[in-house]
Amino acid sequence: MTQDAERRLILPSYRRDDVDAHPPLLSPGYRSTVVRAPQQPLTYLPQRLTEVTGPLLGEGRLGELDHDLTRQHDGEPLGQRIIVHGRVVDGDGRAVPHTLVEIWQANAAGRYRHAADTWPAPLDPNFTGVGRALTDADGRYHFVTVQPGAYPWRNHDNAWRPAHIHFSLFGRAFTQRLVTQMYFPGDPLFSQDPIFNSVRDEQARQRMVARYDHAATRPEWALAYEFDIVLRGREATVFEDEDDDE
Amino acid sequence: MSESLGVTPAQTVGPYLHIGLSWPDGPYVVPEGTPEAFWLRGRIVDGTGAAVVDAMVESWQADPDGRFDHPDDPRGARPSTVPGFRGFGRAETDTEGRYALHTVRPGPLPTFDGDTEAPHLTLSVFGRGLLHRLVTRVYFPGEAANATDPVLRTVDPQRRDTLLARPATDGFQFDIRLQGEHETVFFAV
Repeated sequence: MTQDAERRLILPSYRRDDVDAHPPLLSPGYRSTVVRAPQQPLTYLPQRLTEVTGPLLGEGRLGELDHDLTRQHDGEPLGQRIIVHGRVVDGDGRAVPHTLVEIWQANAAGRYRHAADTWPAPLDPNFTGVGRALTDADGRYHFVTVQPGAYPWRNHDNAWRPAHIHFSLFGRAFTQRLVTQMYFPGDPLFSQDPIFNSVRDEQARQRMVARYDHAATRPEWALAYEFDIVLRGREATVFEDEDDDE
Repeated sequence: MSESLGVTPAQTVGPYLHIGLSWPDGPYVVPEGTPEAFWLRGRIVDGTGAAVVDAMVESWQADPDGRFDHPDDPRGARPSTVPGFRGFGRAETDTEGRYALHTVRPGPLPTFDGDTEAPHLTLSVFGRGLLHRLVTRVYFPGEAANATDPVLRTVDPQRRDTLLARPATDGFQFDIRLQGEHETVFFAV
């Protein structure tokens, strides 16, 4: 670090998301947003040291079988075994290596192992529905799990959530933190789901839908889905175009 | 540089976030027994004043010297002088909408334009009914640097106090009002 750079504190900067990239916080079709979405406009926060750094959580958080949700109990869970894999990249297509990926999901019957989920579908004693993985040097992650079922909720008349897996990602900076849901291609429940449709841009919505991956499907063992996740990309350094006296 | 890719959209953590995101050590930004550590406690309420019982707060902060153990800190990544300092905390709300994080006060930070940021934590709030995280900051009462903090200065003076923690018996209190009267200031980051 040169003295000059030290004085000027050159920080990376992350591109701000397009207006339509994420769902509006107030999306009245999803009823609970009505009392939870802020009413005041968000205040612009410049990206400073706190925002361009972030937790780099490593191996210490992972158990040996955290990436395989079908091997966390004495027996195998019921349901269609699937492989879910993909890359975590930034907006410039660069790999996000060694970053923690956390997932959680309902079981094959559409029931979550959670005290608040009481709809009459069976729990599976061999399925918890939690996974964790670190991406490798190329940003790749890999889970084995079962296809989650759809489940009803009380948002609107005869409301059902399309099958989905929750994903939580850190990236390498606070600005890149993302929690999303992965959906399955061709789900007939998309049309009536206000959470999926809260993302207004059709192309952006499709970025939440995994691709059936026949090449990665393993014969006589498991179907595969590929789900790449794109976190924010970086701009050039803040001061690169500023005049200086060098 | 190549054409930029569209980012994956955010979605709510939903009501069952605890399955995937609960960590037994989540609230401990610093280990129990750390000198000068305190609890940052707060309650999250919605626009009707009801407790938000299915939310999660995450915190990120510098260490007491104002340093980050992170390669993008241009002063150089430096492990904290506080043993076990993680910088990151995560706490779900309980049945009364309360969260608690165990941490130490961060140091002030230099900015790229020669200013100083007052000690602060940044918080993300996730929950059912929140389609994207909400971002806010926690500042500490009685800090002289608050008066000149470049972020606080941009906030409507009438609403600035929503970003200030209050002293409490074992640390500080920082309540979060998602909507309505005394709505917490949330940031676009």
